[in-house]
Amino acid sequence: MASFEGSILDFRRLDRLAAGETALHRLDARAKVLVTIVFILSVVSFDRYALAPLVPFFLYPAVVLARGSLPAGYFARKVALVLPFALAVGMLNPLFDREVAVRLGPFGIPGGWVSCASIVVRAVLTVSAALLLVGVTGFPEICRAMERLGVPQAFTVQLLFLYRYIFVLTEEGARSSRARELRSFGGKGLGIASYGSLVGHLLLRTWMRADRIHMAMLSRGFTGEFHARRPPRFGGKEALFLLGWSTLFVVLRLHNIPQLLGSLVTGGVR
Amino acid sequence: MSHHLVEVESLRHVYPDGTVALRDVSFRITHGESVAIIGANGAGKSTLLLHLNGYLAPTAGAVRVGDLSLTKKTLPEIRRRVGMVFQEPDDQLFMPTVYEDVAFGPVNLGLSDPEVEVRVKEALERVGVAHLRDRPPYRLSGGEKKRVAIATVLSMAPDILVMDEPTNGLDPFARRRLIELLADFRHTKIFTSHDLDMVLDLCERTIVLHDGEVRADGPTREIFRDVGLLAACRLEKPLSMQGCPVCGARPLQDV
Repeated sequence: MASFEGSILDFRRLDRLAAGETALHRLDARAKVLVTIVFILSVVSFDRYALAPLVPFFLYPAVVLARGSLPAGYFARKVALVLPFALAVGMLNPLFDREVAVRLGPFGIPGGWVSCASIVVRAVLTVSAALLLVGVTGFPEICRAMERLGVPQAFTVQLLFLYRYIFVLTEEGARSSRARELRSFGGKGLGIASYGSLVGHLLLRTWMRADRIHMAMLSRGFTGEFHARRPPRFGGKEALFLLGWSTLFVVLRLHNIPQLLGSLVTGGVR
Repeated sequence: MSHHLVEVESLRHVYPDGTVALRDVSFRITHGESVAIIGANGAGKSTLLLHLNGYLAPTAGAVRVGDLSLTKKTLPEIRRRVGMVFQEPDDQLFMPTVYEDVAFGPVNLGLSDPEVEVRVKEALERVGVAHLRDRPPYRLSGGEKKRVAIATVLSMAPDILVMDEPTNGLDPFARRRLIELLADFRHTKIFTSHDLDMVLDLCERTIVLHDGEVRADGPTREIFRDVGLLAACRLEKPLSMQGCPVCGARPLQDV
């Protein structure tokens, strides 16, 4: 449980980073959400053996890290958490796909290894893009941007509430779990029976809390609709940000830039 | 007729499971009064509060706020007039930032953006937390949360402030500062609390609930001097009215 609490605390740090004051932070969230979507679509739509064409995409996370003055180490650790999952997905490829796909001089690299590496690189790219989006925008702003982009309010409000109460609920869960551990001796009392009851109680308490929150909302005139406050501007800066990066991603997706560069260089030598 | 009036008449409330929470409660609180509703756990305090803004409907009897009796039609207006601050600020602060939380009520009232801005600014300044406006609620201390929770109802410009256990869970310093703040409010105030020293500081009138009935209603000091009444209702004198347990000196507030 301690590590779980720790990771939640770590998540709060992401939230604090989002309160930064760089030009990137100040951009309308919609532009950043859309750029991230284009980025992710471009990266995942590559052919499964694609590896070299993915490399230029690292430019985007690098630029966001630098311009948003975000701590690279922190994000690297967060992304590293996801790597085992990506590896698990790609792990079997080398066993099944032994046909040589790439030749480096005398060495032939089987396609399985290439596609496995491609999966890992894509995971790193997409996960870091998503985390960085939160880091320069903040979760609530992302929800609001999604709403303005046409996602139904029922979903975005759900997400906002989840985000607001996840800390409260995890703390409550952690307290219950601690109380149980402290009264369990030699493995006695930690079984499924007490676990079931603990989870049940948590659910009931959450239910009651939801009731109280609803009460607080009603007493402040809530009628079932969240009203948007001052519409944010989608101005020239946002348009430039969106068009610039999207164009770059589409170009990188359609043309193999590393290969072009390579042939330019080798062509020059020849 | 004054808006700042609360009248409860032969109020009875039975929960769906058959528990009789309020048997027969009547009182009338007039403009500018500061009243404490005290009683043991389970005496019916919370149930009573929830009637004051129409969250619960009476099984029998009536609740009137100002010139409005509580009906479905008057509900929105009653909820605006009666600002309710709940015991647990985490239940009350549900928006992503302090600003949005304080703006929630005024926005629902349909005020224009500049008006909302003014209301929020005034409410936050009134409780001394203007510097917290862009913070998310979970990053506030207990005392700060309480102040913001009060601001969320002040921004609706209520006539009557109802607070459930306002000093609960606060450290002594935050508690003292909150009492000072509340003493400054000119609204009609209704508190429930087990913090009887706070009641002594803030309320000139006290209503004692016991088993869903009003057992006593009168000047706070008189009620706290009635040791027999207090014992019968599972209460005791506030500490400042008791003698010093170490040296036996006379109480601070000897009345």
